Amino acid sequence: MENQKASAYYENRAVQFGVVSTDWLAQAQSATVHSPPHNNDDDEEIPFSVISEFDRWRKHPDLAEAVAAIRALAAVIRSSKASTMMQLEIQLKNASDTLKCWDTTSISLTAACDLFMRYVTRTSALEYEDFNSAKSRLLERAEKFGEISFKARKIIAMLSQDFIFDGCTILVHGFSRVVLQILKLAAQNNKLFRVFCTEGRPDRTGLRLSNELAKLDVPVKLVIDSAVAYTMDEVDMVFVGADGVVESGGIINMMGTYQISLVAKSMSKPVYVAAESYKFARLYPLDQKDLAPALRPVDFGVPIPSKVEVECSARDYTPPQYLTLLFTDLGVLTPSVVSDELIQLYL
Amino acid sequence: MDAPRVSRAIGDPKIRRVGFFASDSSATDSLMIPSPRHRSIPVPPTHPSGDRHVASGSYDPTEYPKLATGIEKRGEEEEEKEVLQSSLKPLKAKTTKAERRALQEAQRAAKAASKDEGSKAVAESGRGTPGKSTKQSSQKKGGPSCVSPVATDKNAGNRPLDKDRKMDAPSPRMQFDDKSRLEKARRCAVVNPTESRNKVELFQHLPQYEYGTQLPNLESKFFQIGSVHPAVFEVGLRYSAGDISGGNARCIAMLRAFQDAIRDYCTPHEKVLVRDLASKISSYVSFFTECRPLSMSMGNAIRFVKSRIVNLTLNHSEFEAKTTLCSDIDRFINEKIILADKVIVRHAFTKVKDGDVLLTYGLSCVVEMILLYAYEQGKKFRVVVVDSRPRLEGQALLRRLVAKGLSCTYTHINAVSYIMHEVTRVLLGASAVLSNGTVYSRVGTSCVAMVAHAFHVPVLICCEAYKFHERVQLDSICSNELGDPDAIARVPGRMDVSYLSNWASEDNLRLLNLMYDATPSDYVSVIVTDYGMLPPTSVPVIVREYGREHLLM
Repeated sequence: MENQKASAYYENRAVQFGVVSTDWLAQAQSATVHSPPHNNDDDEEIPFSVISEFDRWRKHPDLAEAVAAIRALAAVIRSSKASTMMQLEIQLKNASDTLKCWDTTSISLTAACDLFMRYVTRTSALEYEDFNSAKSRLLERAEKFGEISFKARKIIAMLSQDFIFDGCTILVHGFSRVVLQILKLAAQNNKLFRVFCTEGRPDRTGLRLSNELAKLDVPVKLVIDSAVAYTMDEVDMVFVGADGVVESGGIINMMGTYQISLVAKSMSKPVYVAAESYKFARLYPLDQKDLAPALRPVDFGVPIPSKVEVECSARDYTPPQYLTLLFTDLGVLTPSVVSDELIQLYL
Repeated sequence: MDAPRVSRAIGDPKIRRVGFFASDSSATDSLMIPSPRHRSIPVPPTHPSGDRHVASGSYDPTEYPKLATGIEKRGEEEEEKEVLQSSLKPLKAKTTKAERRALQEAQRAAKAASKDEGSKAVAESGRGTPGKSTKQSSQKKGGPSCVSPVATDKNAGNRPLDKDRKMDAPSPRMQFDDKSRLEKARRCAVVNPTESRNKVELFQHLPQYEYGTQLPNLESKFFQIGSVHPAVFEVGLRYSAGDISGGNARCIAMLRAFQDAIRDYCTPHEKVLVRDLASKISSYVSFFTECRPLSMSMGNAIRFVKSRIVNLTLNHSEFEAKTTLCSDIDRFINEKIILADKVIVRHAFTKVKDGDVLLTYGLSCVVEMILLYAYEQGKKFRVVVVDSRPRLEGQALLRRLVAKGLSCTYTHINAVSYIMHEVTRVLLGASAVLSNGTVYSRVGTSCVAMVAHAFHVPVLICCEAYKFHERVQLDSICSNELGDPDAIARVPGRMDVSYLSNWASEDNLRLLNLMYDATPSDYVSVIVTDYGMLPPTSVPVIVREYGREHLLM
């Protein structure tokens, strides 16, 4: 095993791991040992901590990490003791930076904080002379942004139904709650389709997803990761989620996504990405090594000799030319539109 | 609300009748004189022989209807302005006639010009009637737009974009293989052009290379050409000689010359500063075009300067107006060029890593800044400088990098496929980036980008946003610049190698020295600008969203 510390992002996903195994037990113990650090913004009688607020929201099983961050930042506005707009902005900025430092490898967390700051501060409330009305205006926009982000998954699920036809076969990689919601809604609409899940080593995300789909009576076939090319001719489309959508229109997702996209491209199968718009980030990777690595432990089941090096990266970058469409709450987008949306938001 | 406007409308005819000739001359000055390429356009309608040329030309039938539409739109727009600014109404009447008058005045400064004006005054008075009827109808239309502020805001928002389209429209129309138009343009030229020898067939529609041979003529005429400011004249000479090259350097030199000319400017008697200064700037631009064709960045900067002149209010004194213009130009240079370069350096620096091998082609000042900045920040990387004849610009870059201590490899473009396998990033500059993502840059850039793409090496185009343009261009032939063909025949440093010294006397031999090529967007990984790093597909967003801000800054 590598001595490098696993990223908090990975530990967060491990906590919600659905299959009981020795790996899970070991990781649960290590997650308990490495509790995340806490930073207090106030030394008040009742100290408010953006991290503890974030943790509270994060434990909700259906709430995405980014949405939890947005809720936590809204709580910062609500509980702020600032008396001027400038102080409130500084506190909000500090809270946002604190959340980003909590896990520097989480792209959706960073993107959501940036978008929240952008959305909330871009308002005429800053021109109010009365501070209290300005603060309530900010709070109103913060709550609205949280609601929009929370409903994103439902919107994406509805938009995606047109692409799932009766008798189709879908290949899914990684456990994405958006993708799960899409498939769940299709099953509820009485569509007949089949799902291939990749095993998803070493997290076994495919096992978890196949478990969820079996409860919905959807026919599922579990394939090992190296069997993707073998089964691709039976597949009609590929569905993946995204940890982050970058400015080039490409996505950053669980390791293996790039490989599957290459296979799908060469065999002319469409690759659809389901991602919420708060995962759009102003990054522009040029190749795989251009990102800060998100490391995770890999268990091969047997002891690894000390001279052997193990690739521990948890995710890869898929360039836009291998993606067909992005299903987002802003609509169904081609990859080239991502940069346009980011320009509208940030500049 | 309507009552005061009605009274003004009643008053206008009196003003027009009393000062008919004076208002005509003022209206003439209100127009910006178009570039020489545009001057030949009004001639075909009045010439029966011109119609034949228009019909026979392969491009002319489509261009001509657009011209008429453009003129009508321009007239309508200015009439809308008249409603908003009542004092300016008589000055802006009769666009078409005024435009022709401006052309004629620019051509003839001697007594012959006054004779022609006298003879055409009769014809102009005949055309006055339709102009009046058009104006009266537009006044009625103007009423509702004034009543509702929303409509006014919409008009105000749309105006800059319309201006952009109209100002851009003249450029591609001048085809240098159209003989009649070429002759008209030459009559307007400040310098006597010489007939170009041995043209290349496929590129006869481009401006032929003449300006290099014009240098002795220009030098001798310094004290004779009184209409051109000395600072402008100096910069023009340096363009011809090649002392100033590169989009940024040429743009900054031009803007500095404009500043000097504006500072020395005095409003002539009986003329309005806004109109007279605009026509002066247009004549300077024509002079620059004769010294060397304009680059895209210069075109955008000229558009900016003209928009600032138009926005000057009449309440300003001459001194205030000049001070405001000079500070606006300073701000343009600082924000759009100097600060933009610094931002680009910061963005591109994030893509340079230890152990990288960076390839660049030719000489780009922003790429040089990136390399030097990354070196100063302690990055360990190597540079491959690719060069090509006949300009060999990479040698200057190589000298500067080696002097700073960077580890460099120098090669020519024929060996680029041999060296590309060890390259990790390609950094290229650009003269312009067009709407469809096409990168217009020094000839050879496309070749380097294609080889890099074949080797799966990322290509980073470093370009300031003010060089973005809304044109679409699919190849390097319909628009380009021709260089000195003798430069190809010579081998610098090897005077004994002169096999092509008599190439001009061979009828079967043509030397072609193209200056630019167009790189399709498929071969570009990212465009690094002062607005961040963009995929080539997002260039129209920058042009649309920030072109407006750019003009009205």
